[in-house]
Amino acid sequence: MLAEFWMWITDLGNSKMVALVIFFTTFVGIVLYVYSNKARSERLESYRYVPFLDDDEYKPQEVSPKQGEK
Amino acid sequence: MAHSAVVSSEQYNYEIVKKFAIAAIVWGIAGMTTGVYIASELAWPFLNFDIAQITFGRLRPVHTSGVIFGFGGNALFATSYYIVQRTCQVRLAGGTFWPNFTFWGWNLALIVAGIGYTFGISQGREYAEPEWYVDIAIAVVWVVYFLIYTVTLVRRNQPHIYVANWFFMSFILATALLHIFNNLTMPVSLLGAKSYSLFSGVQDAMTQWWYGHNAVGFFLTAAFLGMMYYFVPKQAGRPVYSYRLSIVHFWALSFMYMWVGTHHLHWTAIPDWTSSLAAVFSILLLMPSWGGMINGIMTLSGAWDKLRTDPIMMFLITSLSFYGMSTFEGPMMSLKSVNALSHYTDWTVGHVHSGALGWVAMVSIGSFYHMIPRIWNTTIYSTKLIYTHFFLATIGVILYITALWVSGIGQGLMLRAFDEYGNLAYTFVETVVFMHGPLVARAIGGMFFLSGMFVMAYNVYMTIARAKQEEKTPVIAAAQA
Repeated sequence: MLAEFWMWITDLGNSKMVALVIFFTTFVGIVLYVYSNKARSERLESYRYVPFLDDDEYKPQEVSPKQGEK
Repeated sequence: MAHSAVVSSEQYNYEIVKKFAIAAIVWGIAGMTTGVYIASELAWPFLNFDIAQITFGRLRPVHTSGVIFGFGGNALFATSYYIVQRTCQVRLAGGTFWPNFTFWGWNLALIVAGIGYTFGISQGREYAEPEWYVDIAIAVVWVVYFLIYTVTLVRRNQPHIYVANWFFMSFILATALLHIFNNLTMPVSLLGAKSYSLFSGVQDAMTQWWYGHNAVGFFLTAAFLGMMYYFVPKQAGRPVYSYRLSIVHFWALSFMYMWVGTHHLHWTAIPDWTSSLAAVFSILLLMPSWGGMINGIMTLSGAWDKLRTDPIMMFLITSLSFYGMSTFEGPMMSLKSVNALSHYTDWTVGHVHSGALGWVAMVSIGSFYHMIPRIWNTTIYSTKLIYTHFFLATIGVILYITALWVSGIGQGLMLRAFDEYGNLAYTFVETVVFMHGPLVARAIGGMFFLSGMFVMAYNVYMTIARAKQEEKTPVIAAAQA
């Protein structure tokens, strides 16, 4: 069974399907990783302020959801 | 971690950013002047003056290399070196020697290549015209660039690598891959300029357009998105609309671009499935492209008034609008049925310029107006001149692309029209006569855009002159005291 699967996956004729499965699952995985967990989402969104950490003049401005973010 | 502008200029390597920024403006003017001249040659052929070195075929790669690699490349070096230092809060790696090596190496390679084109020395591969010896020089410079960028990231003081740097890394890695594989050639002799590709026939064409479209995807899109993700929030004074969307944007764009090059070869001898695959991925690309555009434009959410009051913001947001428009037009043109009409016509040229002038040039110009006063520790000489530049550039792009829609779609319709007996309805010369008017309008559009670049050069020159004056003033005051 495993040998058959290995033969199928290494057959160049199946490369389009293999590529599709690999890329699609990876992409879905990234989307789930990015949007599925609330704490992680908050951490990721906190990185928006990185370009401003180097400024004197900038006062970090909390943007409320009403103003249309995310 | 906060630094004043004075401390920043000591902590960071701004000298290299300044050099690349000035070179970008010089190349922009040189490359666009060449573009306007060859556009004028198409409208008024007497401008060839029977001199081989200045004919359209010889000057066209001088124009494309000048604007893409000269203007665009130097702008990317400048902004990437600026952004990686500011977002990682660390000085650029490589001391002063290696960043300078990338500056001189890159610009000398472009000059040698450009002189060669006018004498007919070319590989004949679009956007990859330089012969083997220049290709090797570019590859060496690029590896050094990669090392400088990577080591700077490794030494960062900020734990997170900001998303703009992801786009720049993607651009650096993809460009290395594309450049090396598309330029695998065998020189005829070690002392001769001529070389031949290792690929042949359909494989050669597919390799070339895998390179050609990914040059658009990674050099002219991903890298300038890196610029956008830093300078739009900075100029707006607000963080990017959604960081999570920028992550999805990055990965989707990086996954999908690599597959679409073959849409440049529809209706040729390539296998049909490769053609369909490229069209499908081109359509899919619309989603990440528009996701990125929306993310950039929505950064202004809650501060839309800046679009009325800030000409730099006008440049940046208009560039994103052109990005959205050309990334809609591109997938549409990749459909086989649309491509049957559009390919080999001026529509393609118009589409490229809506991306190149509307998106790439305008986002670079907006970013430069933000960055240049900061690296010279001063303020811009004239905001009114930025307004003037904005309107010259916008009128220029719109005139250019609408003229080539008329020219290209008309040309495409005429070339495939049949009469009642099944013969071609128009001769080739009739299509040329039809195109004359739009080609004149296109040349005028280019002149508008170029005159805006001269306004920018003057404004930047005066800004730098004033900065130098300000530097001297405290010294004179101290001496008098």
